[in-house]
Amino acid sequence: MRITCPYCGARSSHEFAYLGDAAPTRPDPSAPDAAEAFHAYVYERDNPAGPLDELWYHSAGCRRWLKVTRDTRTHAITAVAFAEAGESAR
Amino acid sequence: MSRYSVLSLIANALTGQTGWKPAWRDATPKPAYEVIIVGGGGHGLATAYYLAKEHGIRNIAVLEKAHIGSGNAGRNTTIIRSNYLLPGNEPFYEWSMKLWEGLEQDLNYNAMVSQRGIINLFHSDGQRDAYARRGNAMRLAGADSQLLDREQVRALCPFLDFDNSRFPIKGGLMQARAGTARHDAVVWGYARAADRLGVDIVQNCEVTGFIREGDAVVGVETTRGSIRAGKVGLAVAGSTSRLTRLLDLRLPIESHALQAFVSEGLKPLVPGVITFGMGHFYVSQSDKGGLVFGGDIDGYNSYAQRGNLPVVEDVAEGGMAVMPLIGRLRMLRAWGGLVDMSMDGSPIIDVGPLPGLYLNTGWNYGGFKATPASGWCFAHTIAKDAAHALNSAFRLDRFRSGHIIDEKGVGAQPNLH
Repeated sequence: MRITCPYCGARSSHEFAYLGDAAPTRPDPSAPDAAEAFHAYVYERDNPAGPLDELWYHSAGCRRWLKVTRDTRTHAITAVAFAEAGESAR
Repeated sequence: MSRYSVLSLIANALTGQTGWKPAWRDATPKPAYEVIIVGGGGHGLATAYYLAKEHGIRNIAVLEKAHIGSGNAGRNTTIIRSNYLLPGNEPFYEWSMKLWEGLEQDLNYNAMVSQRGIINLFHSDGQRDAYARRGNAMRLAGADSQLLDREQVRALCPFLDFDNSRFPIKGGLMQARAGTARHDAVVWGYARAADRLGVDIVQNCEVTGFIREGDAVVGVETTRGSIRAGKVGLAVAGSTSRLTRLLDLRLPIESHALQAFVSEGLKPLVPGVITFGMGHFYVSQSDKGGLVFGGDIDGYNSYAQRGNLPVVEDVAEGGMAVMPLIGRLRMLRAWGGLVDMSMDGSPIIDVGPLPGLYLNTGWNYGGFKATPASGWCFAHTIAKDAAHALNSAFRLDRFRSGHIIDEKGVGAQPNLH
């Protein structure tokens, strides 16, 4: 499997570290339902069979976090972007 | 259907082997059952068998989308062991080991259970202390363990690399009662034994939806029609999320691919199972002579039932570090199975989370050794609507209450276990 890093170009997935589903966002710890929200954030996953937005870290490359859209049934990658909004391949 | 015995062998030999009957009926689904088990692998068939045998429930169907044993039961490295550490799981795996020891007599089927022992190698003083503690925990739960020093390991496995400068072998934790079993025979044995107790084994029957009444699950929609049931148990390793998605349930599960490999055949070499302590590599030798080995999961969500090359390289590196002779061997086969990685590395056997639904999932990469106890405990959980003491720690709500069983101590990251 090869991932086309927007900064470094197409590289082996060996160069990247995987975090997982990019959808969960850290809840507000002061919200009244924070306990329930943190449980869902830490543990529960949709785990779809199909396209999934996920976070990869280019640890042996530019050391940026990437958001990769990959089909979990075929490993086909349809989109790669920097995870942080506003980052560019400068 | 007759029992297998020396007499049946002789009788069939004298009649030209024409008297053998199919080991189980290929059943057509009825409109309703008392219990439906989704998933015709080892765990599902064992559940049906123990439901019939231990709890007297005979109106059971096992639904399998392809043919029985075509999922992970046919895609593993056949190791059985109970060398666990924590109070929540070691008694469970030891009960599984005891069931393995009586399995062939119980099922009247040769599952080729072979107790050749497992050695977990250690390479540092700290690791030796950790394995001494693990061995003590095993003994407290009634299992066997023996801490071997370097020379004792060398006497058993002289082919290992004892002088590797990065990973010198200082000894190992031995469980002599561990070993291997023939994975297909386990499936066929449970299928035949369950069939003899009246269980319908329905193949080529994929579950496509659930029948609901309010919150409750009262049956399933399948490619062979609607089937109603008082209770529906899911035992579909790797595909649990695909089914629970139909019920709008989110679980602490990710699906990953786990690869395994077989080398060309050798004369008898590896006495039992050997695991490398500093990387993830384990190896045993099949009865046909091939070395069977594996390592880490691929580490990212996958439903592909095939692996990728970086893990092949990683496994080969682990193998070379501990057992350099495998560098001269050819890998004949590799395969990947889907494993449902739970967020703490431990399984889930529980009532619910909806009325009429029962969950058996999250076996990570260790489901094969658990097959008998998983079926035994899941049958108890379904029949009594409550967990048995042995699986009382495998609750779904342990993630909410904080009672996680984090044997490897890596936290809520399924790709790190």
